[in-house]
Amino acid sequence: MTAQPMPLTRSARKGRRELKNAVATGLIVASFVIALIPLTLIVVYVIQAGASVFNLGFLTEDLPFSNRREGGGIYPAIIGTLVITGTATAMAVPLGILGGIYLNEYGGRSPLARFIRFLSEVMTGVPSIVMGLFIYTIWVLPRKQSGLSGFAGALALGCLMLPIVIRTSEEILKVVPDELREGSYALGTRKAQTIRRVVFPSAAPGIISGALLGVARVAGETAPLLFTIGIVSTANFNVFDGPNTALPQQIYINAGTFGGFPAAQDRAWGAALALILLVFLFTLVARIITAIYTRRSSAV
Amino acid sequence: MTDTAIAATRFGPVTTTRGESVAKRPDEASPGEPAPDEQPARAREIVFQLSDVEVRYSGVTAVQDVTVDIAANEITAFIGPSGCGKTTVLRSLNRMHDITPGAEVLGKVTYHGQDLYSSKVDPAEVRRRIGMVFQKPNPFPKSVYDNVAYGPRINGTKRSEVEERVKKALTQAALWDEVNGKLRTSALSLSGGQQQRLCIARCLAVEPDVILMDEPCSALDPIATARIEDLMDDLKNDYTIVIVTHNMQQAARVSDRTAFFTAEVDDAGHRRGRLIEYDVTETIFTHPSDPRTEGYITGRFG
Repeated sequence: MTAQPMPLTRSARKGRRELKNAVATGLIVASFVIALIPLTLIVVYVIQAGASVFNLGFLTEDLPFSNRREGGGIYPAIIGTLVITGTATAMAVPLGILGGIYLNEYGGRSPLARFIRFLSEVMTGVPSIVMGLFIYTIWVLPRKQSGLSGFAGALALGCLMLPIVIRTSEEILKVVPDELREGSYALGTRKAQTIRRVVFPSAAPGIISGALLGVARVAGETAPLLFTIGIVSTANFNVFDGPNTALPQQIYINAGTFGGFPAAQDRAWGAALALILLVFLFTLVARIITAIYTRRSSAV
Repeated sequence: MTDTAIAATRFGPVTTTRGESVAKRPDEASPGEPAPDEQPARAREIVFQLSDVEVRYSGVTAVQDVTVDIAANEITAFIGPSGCGKTTVLRSLNRMHDITPGAEVLGKVTYHGQDLYSSKVDPAEVRRRIGMVFQKPNPFPKSVYDNVAYGPRINGTKRSEVEERVKKALTQAALWDEVNGKLRTSALSLSGGQQQRLCIARCLAVEPDVILMDEPCSALDPIATARIEDLMDDLKNDYTIVIVTHNMQQAARVSDRTAFFTAEVDDAGHRRGRLIEYDVTETIFTHPSDPRTEGYITGRFG
């Protein structure tokens, strides 16, 4: 034995390092718990307050003529939210995905692409009530009373969703490796074929989950619907004809009824619970679709 | 089957079992003084003719002075240090530069006598005839079957024939036995070597005339490399192969002709690749005419 082997025991330095590690870990865990508190409280409180009215009748019955009255359900609002959000999705998602494909695959750094990218960034920041006012001005006002319809609300929600879908689609397409594009071109395929058969399928899981999260986000919007959909107390499946209603709108109206009408307060809580469940359902579907697609094919 | 290819270079006693490749080269036993009529490549059809080819990226020359004739049913190797433009030249042979923004090919490249860069030429048609295998295996995130069927489907092969094509291509790429029975599994679940052979099969399924290989073995272990080298030797009978490689032993083992490239740094500080020497592989490795070639192959620079 000529050289002294390195001591393998803990040194004083190590002690300090461990202390730092413990402090940092503690801080991170604490922040996580703090962040979780409001979330849990909201869910717990909504469930508690909404559970008293939440039953099958509440989900399937029409709204009472006056929200000060007891009884009735929120069925028309559930239908309204589904058809309005559905119509908004049908308009904004395909358009947004095509826009994202244009930006990443065709536009690149061209002036037009930069301009669209800039616009969609600005649009993301536009407050939702402004979107509602905009649709009110250009769609509802010219049509007088017949302008108030589910479709007008869907237009406003669609305008809110569009930039979200464009941006997420572009971001996800950006992550598709160029090697896949080159591999496809090297087999004699054209650009459109490459995008349709290789690039888009590789990005599809990400794009779909991005789009569905966009849907979940706008499903809870109240402001864009305030001046666009009017109000009804029976279910209206036709988005194009006649006024409609929606869950966020019912929450707003019932919770905002002055004078201490417990029926209205309870109805608001019940509607809030229904809305949370609906959004949860959207998210779940998004996750399931993504998982199915990812198992089949994914590059991202 | 795999081990002979690793061990045997072309210049020892030829131990390959493929008799025909020996027969094609009567001059092999007497390197250095091949009589003109004995040079095999001269008798073969010329597939590519490159004259004074120069490639620029955003106006900056990456490689220049490339004049090379590439013959059919031979393996032509491009060797040289990193950044000397081997890959850049390779990509000019199937118009891959078209999809790189800012890339520009000057000089003349002909394919069976047609100007590849003529405005009448359809780059997709070019790439259908001239396939490419990339450095990093790049299977599509689809099933093994769909990867190979992709090319034929896109090019309008009848449904009934696609399956046959897939099987043939996988067999040619020496992958059929390994993936038969798991054709529906994701290509990404294959090993690196299998993925690269899958990419070769994908390329063969389009039934090209030429296969360009851009360092196809650089991400593979020696056993997988040997399999691919074996495969290249088999494919040579039906295809013309151009391979870019960092590995000089590989060029010596597999190729019939070798082009040596090197890079020089000009006054503005740009690396500029140049073709130094192009000859029968054996000559390049035993009697190179340029001292730079000799320096590189003996390991003194590069």
